[in-house]
Amino acid sequence: MAEQDVAKINHVKEKRKYRPKLHDSLTGYLFISPFFILFSIFGIYPLIFTAYLSLHKWNILGDKEFVGLSNYVSLFTNDPLFLKSVGNTFFIWVLSTIPQLILALILAFLLNQAFLKAKGIFRLAIFMPNITSVVAVAIIFSAMFGTNYGVINYVLSLFSIDPINWTGSTLGTQVAISAMVMWRWVGYNTIIYLAGLQGISKDLYEAATIDGANKRQQFLYITIPLMRPIILFTVILSTIGGMQVFAEPLLFGRGANNQGLTMTLYLYEEAFTRFAFGYASAIAWVLFLIIILFSLFNMFITGRIKGQ
Amino acid sequence: MNEVGANKFGRVVLYIFLTLSALISIFPFYWMFVIGSNTNSEVNNMPPALIPGEFFIDNATKVFDRINFFGSLLNSFIISTAITFFVLFFCSLAGFAFAKIQFKGKNFFFIFLLATMMVPPQLGLIPSFMIISALDWVDKLQAVIVPGMVSAFGVFFMRQYVATSIPNDLMEAAKIDGCGNFRIYWNIVVPSIKPAFATLGIIQYMQSWNDFLWPLVVLKDASSHTIQIALRTLNDAYTTDYPMILAGTFMATIPILIVFLIFNRQFISGITEGAVKS
Repeated sequence: MAEQDVAKINHVKEKRKYRPKLHDSLTGYLFISPFFILFSIFGIYPLIFTAYLSLHKWNILGDKEFVGLSNYVSLFTNDPLFLKSVGNTFFIWVLSTIPQLILALILAFLLNQAFLKAKGIFRLAIFMPNITSVVAVAIIFSAMFGTNYGVINYVLSLFSIDPINWTGSTLGTQVAISAMVMWRWVGYNTIIYLAGLQGISKDLYEAATIDGANKRQQFLYITIPLMRPIILFTVILSTIGGMQVFAEPLLFGRGANNQGLTMTLYLYEEAFTRFAFGYASAIAWVLFLIIILFSLFNMFITGRIKGQ
Repeated sequence: MNEVGANKFGRVVLYIFLTLSALISIFPFYWMFVIGSNTNSEVNNMPPALIPGEFFIDNATKVFDRINFFGSLLNSFIISTAITFFVLFFCSLAGFAFAKIQFKGKNFFFIFLLATMMVPPQLGLIPSFMIISALDWVDKLQAVIVPGMVSAFGVFFMRQYVATSIPNDLMEAAKIDGCGNFRIYWNIVVPSIKPAFATLGIIQYMQSWNDFLWPLVVLKDASSHTIQIALRTLNDAYTTDYPMILAGTFMATIPILIVFLIFNRQFISGITEGAVKS
């Protein structure tokens, strides 16, 4: 036994400080068990059970009736409202994410300038919206986007622009919802980009300057490539968030033409106002698959940009 | 990197741009109080009221009549405090195990844990609701507390922190002295990771305080509402009394804003660490 142990120790890489013992394994499992037990109950089991439910027609009161994939089929062939919610979600996502990330990148770049004074105050002010609850944001912005007496239409009137019917028009509602999302998340992304920029060594820029690269070239060939993983992180995060927009249209109003109806709002209504649990479960799985596909697509695109 | 401000003109433009961005970020907070402190007729005017009025107390009183404001605030406080406490304990324990204890399947479990962060919470909404109903927890605060007691991000965050802040030699010395893993956790790890507790704690507290979808589903009775759900009720009641609604929103936002201003350093550093490391 002792010889075997010695042989084993010799095999173990030098950097490993101590061997796994039975006792270690036990406490290891014990210490991580709260997460995995709770996650099994409120994460994995619901995931599987949602898949099971999505193959059934089930109103909370009656019996479950197995219907195969027909919930999925009718989502895509027989439910214009669902397709509309998918379109709305994507449109609102594009409208909020792209300007949001570009603005955040610019703000982070500016906040990173060495000569800037009162950096901390700017950073704090720009980040503050992120700690506001989504409910509060939706309420405040609903008031600001009021058609008759809202402050935004008032500001527009100073520039001789006619009042916009934010709650009534398709574009108006989607712009208002996107504005809420943007206001809450620009600061968050700015802070993350700023941390990324501060991690880039100044030597690189100095070397590039010596080699005659101008600032624009430095931005394109040093800053952007080195920031790529962080940009990817923020893109994936805002994709996941964007697909889940829910409280904003719930509180702002989804509009007469359902122009504010998002996928998650539709899921919520099917499940908890119409109690169509089977159908809502199918929506949940489609939502999940869209998020996965989208994240993979983002990784692919970012990978391609790197390749150039 | 300082060409943007190399000339005076560039610097002025930069300051104007940053100031404007900061103002847009702050304006809604200010405006919430402007509306919340005026009367309905002053708000429904062109041009709208742009400075605070004198009716904040009146509007606040209307809020207290309409919703159980302090009860909801208390519920939010209980829920957020309990969740934060459990998250800090369970996540630091698991983070310590992942960082310092050798056990079979550790990498597998850790990758699995990271993968769970991709799963959107809506996916399990219906079965989770069914579990809560079966336990008869609807309208009870534990319906929100228990599912929120652990966080994959929290475990990840704690693992990174413990891995870099506790030297392996210290672990070995403690082992030789006969310390069990829990004693090492309690007597060595916990005291050395106080900054991580502060950071994760404040992030978790804010997140629980602002949570909306899940509490909306399981807390239906007004006595169990969190402040977010109560605000939603305030806005929902076919009313156009914006001064009252915004006075309520203002009062609900200020406590968390103060907490944030006190702990903003921990909060911001936690968010950036989580992002840059992953």
